[in-house]
Amino acid sequence: MSRRDIAKAQAGLESVAEQVLQLAKERGATAAEVALSEESGLSVNVRLGEVETIEFNKDKGIGVTVYFGQRKGTASTADFSRAALNDAVRAACSIATFTADDPYTGLADADRMATEIPDLDLNYPWDVTPEMAIELATACEDAARSYDEQISNSEGASLSSHEGTRVYANSHGFIGGYSTTRHSMSCSVIAEDKNGMQRDYWYSVARDRSDLESAFEIGNKSAARTLQRLGGRRLETSKVPVLFAADVAGSLISHMISAIRGGNLYRKSSFLLDKLGEQIFPDFVHIHEKPHMKKVLGSAPYDSEGVATYARDLVRDGVLQGYVLDSYAARKLKMESTANSGGVHNVLIEAGELDQQGLLREMGNGLLVTELLGMGVNTVTGDYSRGAAGFWVENGVIAYPVDEITIASNLSDMFMQLQAVGNDIDYRGNIKCGSLLVDAMTIAGT
Amino acid sequence: MTETAGLSIDSVQQQLLAPSGLGINELERVLASIMQHNVDYADLYFQASRFESWTLEDGIVTDGVHSVERGVGARAVSGEKSGFAYSDEIALPALQEAATAARAIARQGQEKQIKAWTRTAGHRLYLPTDPLSSLGDRAKIELLEMVDREARKLDPRVKQVIASLAGGDDTILLLASDGTHAADVRPLVRLNVTVIVEQDGRREQGNSGGGCRRDYHYFIDEARALGYTREAVRQALVNLEAQDAPAGTMQVVLGSGWPGVLLHEAIGHGLEGDFNRKGTSAFSGRVGERVASDLCTVVDDGTLAQRRGSLNIDDEGVPTENTVLIEKGVLKGYMQDKLNARLMGVASTGNGRRESYAHLPMPRMTNTYMLPGPHAPEEIIASVKNGLYAVNFGGGQVDITSGKFVFSASEAYMIENGKVTFPVKGATLIGSGPDVLQRVTMVGDDLALDAGVGTCGKEGQSVPVGVGQPTLLIDGLTVGGTNV
Ligand SMILES: [Zn+2]
Repeated sequence: MSRRDIAKAQAGLESVAEQVLQLAKERGATAAEVALSEESGLSVNVRLGEVETIEFNKDKGIGVTVYFGQRKGTASTADFSRAALNDAVRAACSIATFTADDPYTGLADADRMATEIPDLDLNYPWDVTPEMAIELATACEDAARSYDEQISNSEGASLSSHEGTRVYANSHGFIGGYSTTRHSMSCSVIAEDKNGMQRDYWYSVARDRSDLESAFEIGNKSAARTLQRLGGRRLETSKVPVLFAADVAGSLISHMISAIRGGNLYRKSSFLLDKLGEQIFPDFVHIHEKPHMKKVLGSAPYDSEGVATYARDLVRDGVLQGYVLDSYAARKLKMESTANSGGVHNVLIEAGELDQQGLLREMGNGLLVTELLGMGVNTVTGDYSRGAAGFWVENGVIAYPVDEITIASNLSDMFMQLQAVGNDIDYRGNIKCGSLLVDAMTIAGT
Repeated sequence: MTETAGLSIDSVQQQLLAPSGLGINELERVLASIMQHNVDYADLYFQASRFESWTLEDGIVTDGVHSVERGVGARAVSGEKSGFAYSDEIALPALQEAATAARAIARQGQEKQIKAWTRTAGHRLYLPTDPLSSLGDRAKIELLEMVDREARKLDPRVKQVIASLAGGDDTILLLASDGTHAADVRPLVRLNVTVIVEQDGRREQGNSGGGCRRDYHYFIDEARALGYTREAVRQALVNLEAQDAPAGTMQVVLGSGWPGVLLHEAIGHGLEGDFNRKGTSAFSGRVGERVASDLCTVVDDGTLAQRRGSLNIDDEGVPTENTVLIEKGVLKGYMQDKLNARLMGVASTGNGRRESYAHLPMPRMTNTYMLPGPHAPEEIIASVKNGLYAVNFGGGQVDITSGKFVFSASEAYMIENGKVTFPVKGATLIGSGPDVLQRVTMVGDDLALDAGVGTCGKEGQSVPVGVGQPTLLIDGLTVGGTNV
């Protein structure tokens, strides 16, 4: 889409948003908010050198919340016709006649609305045709399949490109919108030896296609990662240090984020309850939220209530500096919104001195975890028990691959016993984290 | 073709197509335009859905959500290739555009004929009821308030109750170049209860719930809503006493019902046709081989009345089946959709499912369970010298290719000298799919299905499923606790 088309798409959504707010007002709502989105894209999967799927995506949707004093109702539809919008508003209003008065409900405070919407450089449309996408995915899979003769099969390589526009408006008079793009390429292949098959993958994702890793690189990495896993052994049950590789380490930080989220705090269902201002990590740990990083996937100028996002410290010198709150949770906790309605925007763990090799040397003997399986994390208690695969490390050097084991501990202990943060930060996800070395966890194996 | 099935197709057609003035003739022309390319199979999937949910927290229902969705997906299949496009507008121009995009998967070729329409008479496992209007909105709220009161009345240690009631229906119509003409109306309701309990500064939670393809009266009948509440409180209180779980490989007794998630993860996904056609599953090419002890017979059964995982027809218009996956330990076959069945030279087993019109179908499970065996559950527990008794689980995950799977217990006990002694904290259990069922040494006579809360995710698509099993003894499974 050209810049002009984007402006047109945004203006179209804004006019629908205004219609909906007007409809809500006509029905007597004392306040209302509306979020709209429109997205289109293409996904192509190539397997064993042949096209497997071509999918054209085109989605739109609208969600409206109305307030009658302290009662609220929500409705959504994908149909932007006048009649459908009217139905949605009516459904939301009907719900609001049944829900209970909730003193904490409502729009975010008017004085917190973003007054200017910074251009965060998030929109890099790519007019990729199915033919181009097929060519790239084919090159990617070819690189993986020709990497080594032990690569015996493939789940294929995929290329996808999406662009979308979103608009949010509420009865404070806030209306904002922006467009974003997201392009990704991934490859997953299978290697086989006498012990069986192993599979692994690699992917790259970016706002701007020119920031994607090359098809060749993605293919090679997926093949190398898969080969390394061949001949995985189990470990004996024991307590050992664990190094979480950067691409899985972010999950530990996401468990922390989940535990300091407003909903889990006011429900008292968090192992980090009442930890504000307290030491939850060793003092070398600093964690920031940076919502305005240019061109980055997690960036957003305002949250899903229109509250202006801002950069802040979540953890400084290991001490918890703030929670992750939307306006509702903030009111319940008698605090201020942290502009996190809808989630966090770019959480960064400050890099330490060492890369992964250095951290392996620092660990000496222990487990390098490169894959986690399952959902064995209890946010209420912090109890942690997940399936894992990776490598056994001896004297700082990878000795052999490991699988079919679990690792277990409690997140409070794992955080406090963090030994080091790597400088090998994985920037792909919303949580940008290097490898994390944890002192000791229980391995369950043979 | 039965009269009732016919009636249902006509009324579904009326509901989905009439507003835009579309008729079967227009749809036939759209399908024919796809078949002008070198395509083996094409289908159009129309869907209209309604959904609502109500949530209670802090004793009051503060949140209610209502949503509607409708659209149509057009798919063209040529060999192993699929072209797919969809539109959230059910109208001829949008449909033609989607069809043109989908058929681009194949070159223009000799036009193939669409077979004469054959109306599929699906099962009548559930009725086309409307859950949303089955209960007044006030009564829905009162149901949740009753759950809250009951939970708090049961024990003063209950500090928080979160309860949600959700319901909706999917109306689908399918036309395919193989002559399939089918429709279904699928109600689905669900009630969930989470409680947080506190004692001496320690907090734990318990979850329970259920659902099925009926309306909201299901939760009022037999006081089911109160049953879930008691169960959630009971679980939370048990967890307050739980000690650290053991770590290591030991004998594990799995309770009946929801622990059947073991079957779903350990073997179910690995037996889906797509992975086996591609040779990427740890079970690929193993039909006829022993993959479980001879005590194990496992089926995927989409034909159970009113179950969450059941379907009158799958999303390709094929009536669901009761498919034997493993019989007395021997692998019998895979779960198939049309594409993978054709490529493997077998028939579809009615397992072609998709999350919505905006997703491509693929082989998916329905209700997966193990048939009962000869042993009393007490006898199974009594046989264990030192092991784990796991009765409730959260979710699980599997790596299809290596066969490694995990599933996480949310309620478990130690067994010592044949007796259940004390509760232990939830722990993840890990094993290898092709190996774990070979270690099943006792199977209970107490087959139970889960309460109707399962959702399965595959390649980003979620569908409702069911699981079940009798009490099982697994002679050696790795338990991921902290206690060495
Ligand atoms: Zn699943």
